[in-house]
Amino acid sequence: MNTCQEPVIHLMHAYLDGDISREDEQLLQKHLVACEHCREMMDELKMSALFLKGAAPIQAPDGFVSGVMARLPKEKKQAGFQRLLRRHPLVAAAALFLILMSATLFSSYGNNQQFSFTKQPNLIVEGETVIVPAGEVVKGDIIVKNGNIRIEGEVDGNVTVIRGSKYMASTAVVTGKSEEIDRAFDWLWYKIKSTAKDIFSSSGGEPQEK
Amino acid sequence: MDELVNKRINEVIKGDQDAFEEIVTMFQHRLYHVCYRMLGNSQEAEDIAQEAFVRAYVNIHTYDQKRKFSTWLFRIATNLCIDRIRKKKPDYYLDATVPGTDGLNMYSQIAAQGDLPEEEVERMEEQDRVQYEIGRLPEKYRTVIILRYMEELPLQEISDILELPLGTVKTRVHRGREALRKQMGNM
Repeated sequence: MNTCQEPVIHLMHAYLDGDISREDEQLLQKHLVACEHCREMMDELKMSALFLKGAAPIQAPDGFVSGVMARLPKEKKQAGFQRLLRRHPLVAAAALFLILMSATLFSSYGNNQQFSFTKQPNLIVEGETVIVPAGEVVKGDIIVKNGNIRIEGEVDGNVTVIRGSKYMASTAVVTGKSEEIDRAFDWLWYKIKSTAKDIFSSSGGEPQEK
Repeated sequence: MDELVNKRINEVIKGDQDAFEEIVTMFQHRLYHVCYRMLGNSQEAEDIAQEAFVRAYVNIHTYDQKRKFSTWLFRIATNLCIDRIRKKKPDYYLDATVPGTDGLNMYSQIAAQGDLPEEEVERMEEQDRVQYEIGRLPEKYRTVIILRYMEELPLQEISDILELPLGTVKTRVHRGREALRKQMGNM
């Protein structure tokens, strides 16, 4: 065994860390020239350092970032809204408007469960069914809410059924449009259309409560 | 870079989660790399690296902005890795294939009492060999060696990350290098 090893090994590591004084480095070099055993060891140490540095960098897999984001605790709602307001003030305002608007529309959709229809002469009502009798001609629009309509005669106007069904007999004639509304979305669309119509022409018969 | 990081961190502190996404994007590869080298397993590395980011997010107010963010982040990650290594010591993925061994799995390794036979090691691809040799290092040397040689961090920064005195870090680097030299013999 070499007696020189301990302090020389220390110098070797100091050299590999770039943490060695000039004098020490010269001392080390001189020793390495003279001592084959230490020279071999120094080479091996250098080799293992080089070996490690040759390790290829490894990249995080795809979806890593979204994985982290999914694992984060939910941020406060306030913060999200504030950010939205800051970045897209117009969008935020529009969103708020829509939320409030649809709230009123939907509430009127949900609350109004009563059967009602447009009062027209020569209509017959049986329970919750409005009948246009055969041979009769109804002039004007008919709106039926929460009930059904059976058309056997003629309607000179539009027929609208909200949450109900429409039965057309073979003799039935509807000169205007006829539609059935039984979903919230249809309802919303219908509301928007009728609101627009009301704005442009303030005519038209309101449905009467029975 | 540090300025940008601090700007984003201030946004995160104010509650802006999107700003954190940028931070994750900036550091994901370095952090994942360290975790992968420490754990030697891509599922675990992903799990722990993601967990480190989550902890950084949750504890962002404890980060001292006068210091380097990467140091703080690496500290969280290395601590998590060390915990995982200590906890999971006997719990290998038994059916995971050992790199470069043509379908040999951990069952066969157990029969061979841990280390692979020399001829197996010699047949390994260089990259698998690097991971194999690092994995054989005791955990306290492994950490400093990875930070020193794979992340190429200065000794002082390693000492900050691990919260160890500089002298201890130097000693561990020396011992780690020595252990590696002995492990590999003459290549």
